[in-house]
Amino acid sequence: MAFAHKHILGINELSREDIITILDTAESFKEINTREIKKVPTLRGKTIINLFFESSTRTRTSFEIAGKRLSADTVNISASASSVTKGETLEDTARNIEAMHPDIIVMRHSASGAPHYLAQRLNCSVVNAGDGAHEHPSQALLDLFTIRQHKGRIEDLKVAIIGDITHSRVVRSNLYALNKMGAEVRLSGPGTMIPPGIEKMGATVYADMNEAIDGADVVMMLRIQMERQGKSLIPSLREYARFYGLNTVNLKLARPDALVMHPGPINRGVELSSYVADGPQNVILSQVENGVAVRMALLYLISGVEHSEA
Amino acid sequence: MKLLIQGGRVIDPANNLDAELDILIKDGKISKIGKNLKDDGVEIFNASGRLVTPGLIDIHVHLRDPGYEYKEDIVSGTRAAAAGGFTSVACMPNTKPVLDNKSVAQYIIEKAEKEGFARVFPVGSITKGLEGDSLSEMGDMKGAGCVAFSDDGKPVTSGELMRCALEYSKPFNTVIISHAEDIDLVGKGVMNEGFVATELGLKGIPWVAEDAATARDVMLCEFTGARLHIAHVSTRGSVEIVRAAKKRGVRVTAEAAPHHFILTDEAVRGYNTNAKMNPPLRSAEDVAAVRQGLADGTLDAIATDHAPHHIDEKNVEFNIAMNGVVGLETALALTLELVSDKVIDLNRAIELLTSGPASVLNLPVGTLTVGAPADVTIIDPGKKWTVSANDLISKSKNTAFDQRKMKGAAIATILGGRLI
Repeated sequence: MAFAHKHILGINELSREDIITILDTAESFKEINTREIKKVPTLRGKTIINLFFESSTRTRTSFEIAGKRLSADTVNISASASSVTKGETLEDTARNIEAMHPDIIVMRHSASGAPHYLAQRLNCSVVNAGDGAHEHPSQALLDLFTIRQHKGRIEDLKVAIIGDITHSRVVRSNLYALNKMGAEVRLSGPGTMIPPGIEKMGATVYADMNEAIDGADVVMMLRIQMERQGKSLIPSLREYARFYGLNTVNLKLARPDALVMHPGPINRGVELSSYVADGPQNVILSQVENGVAVRMALLYLISGVEHSEA
Repeated sequence: MKLLIQGGRVIDPANNLDAELDILIKDGKISKIGKNLKDDGVEIFNASGRLVTPGLIDIHVHLRDPGYEYKEDIVSGTRAAAAGGFTSVACMPNTKPVLDNKSVAQYIIEKAEKEGFARVFPVGSITKGLEGDSLSEMGDMKGAGCVAFSDDGKPVTSGELMRCALEYSKPFNTVIISHAEDIDLVGKGVMNEGFVATELGLKGIPWVAEDAATARDVMLCEFTGARLHIAHVSTRGSVEIVRAAKKRGVRVTAEAAPHHFILTDEAVRGYNTNAKMNPPLRSAEDVAAVRQGLADGTLDAIATDHAPHHIDEKNVEFNIAMNGVVGLETALALTLELVSDKVIDLNRAIELLTSGPASVLNLPVGTLTVGAPADVTIIDPGKKWTVSANDLISKSKNTAFDQRKMKGAAIATILGGRLI
């Protein structure tokens, strides 16, 4: 197995073969998570630091559990608890952490490009756990994993992504990932949330959400974040739900076996009606479960260690 | 002291001159221009195979002095100017304290005269403290030597205040320089809005932010009949607005910076903070329009917007990096690229760096007319060199052109008859 990457900065840097390697590796790790003793010694003696400059529960916990199940020592540093608030630069913060010899830094930051900045300056591996509105590679990989698990393939599937495309790193990583795997991507969202040139990343933009989900195999709903988007982008959550929310009526436009996905946390009654959020087509918790296996695969693959015990 | 520049190709656009001639300099002034000049006891500069032009003029630089001497000061900035072939610069008022009063203007002029390596023409602020609130004492500052007024770095957001600035400036026969941006439309943008920003996940600054502000200020200029100059034009729309206004006889002029006619927003890829400036690098279409504007006379001058920043202000996340790049030492070669690209001819290139900017701000320099100050730049148009950020004379190394291969360089800069 050849996996030549030291860092995981984005899906943009990965080839289709790399992606398949990651998904196949995650497949082999998945079983560990359901064992009674959920731990293998693969990364014993490795130190992983989760350096989170933005709050996150799901992603950070998922990376932490992934590291621990591989027997790595994991440490969490969150921005509020670090020296960032004392005016230390990102480079100085990172150098101080590096002086403690971690093997991997898993990083989330509100500035697009921050993990790339760090990767250029540090000797250890850097995993991007979300940078600004740029990329969130582990999320896209767990999405692919979940789609493949339920559909048996990714190629030629029609995937509709609905919501705030402009501010979403999940969308950008998924655009790279789904295109590399041969899926068809459709996007829809409010006019204020469609960034210019997004079609060139490999997507068709639909003004009407219903057209985007018509005949779709997967409907991926994005979290609407009022706190990030300011006042002028949408008039109200009520109107947003009416035009860009998924409910039992418009979900019928998709294929009957279509998957409903969401990167979480969900806003019930806004982008997803509760009936859909709890409905039979949703695989949202399956995404969360798969996230651990996919992140185990990432940590393992960039460590370059032999893996025989799993 | 006498200096005879022999055998060079003399290009003096103000006098429609382009011929192989000698120039005799005496007492700091151009004394004679002609063939086979001779004089007793002169120092001879052999310029054969070189271009001999009026000293280059950059009407948009930030010397950072007083207040931000860790980035640049009047000495280092004018030394960088001389290295780049410039003998005159106009410096912007966003210093600390702000150049919004006579004393700061006097400080700059005196320090430049005593310690500088180029002529420095200060630009005072339009509003006190650059706060966009009330007018600065333009008359007083003009008396002290300020050649124009600008809140550069910030637009004057109030249309009413901009109208007042233009009307107030008129009897003083001076120029208002507009940093044309609608700051609400700029918002938290950090690079040009477009495909590259979308892919990088960076917040974009749309071209309409510049065009809307250019349109407002051009219309206010037309309305008031005052003299307006648009700084660092970077969009197709702004070029078109200025072009149409000039056709109507509006008293507007405009400039463009080398980075805006050489680079596109593709240069930002990799989150390159040395490609971050304001206005931002735009699309290929905008670059083509700026080039066209330089060629057809819509744009009157090339000006660098030389904006030195310390490494610590650039070696950070893209979002929080300061805006701006240094430009004095690369402008000439980048302008000559327009000649090799057949956008403009050599005479126009020199005009855009000499008489063009001089007439925008009514500066008493920029020609080789007999009797004029002997500011002369001697250029080797074929000299090949590679930009090295670390070797720049400027205190700051934030160039957008590190490692770029260049052709053409100033090999001698003469200021008031003195070789710098």
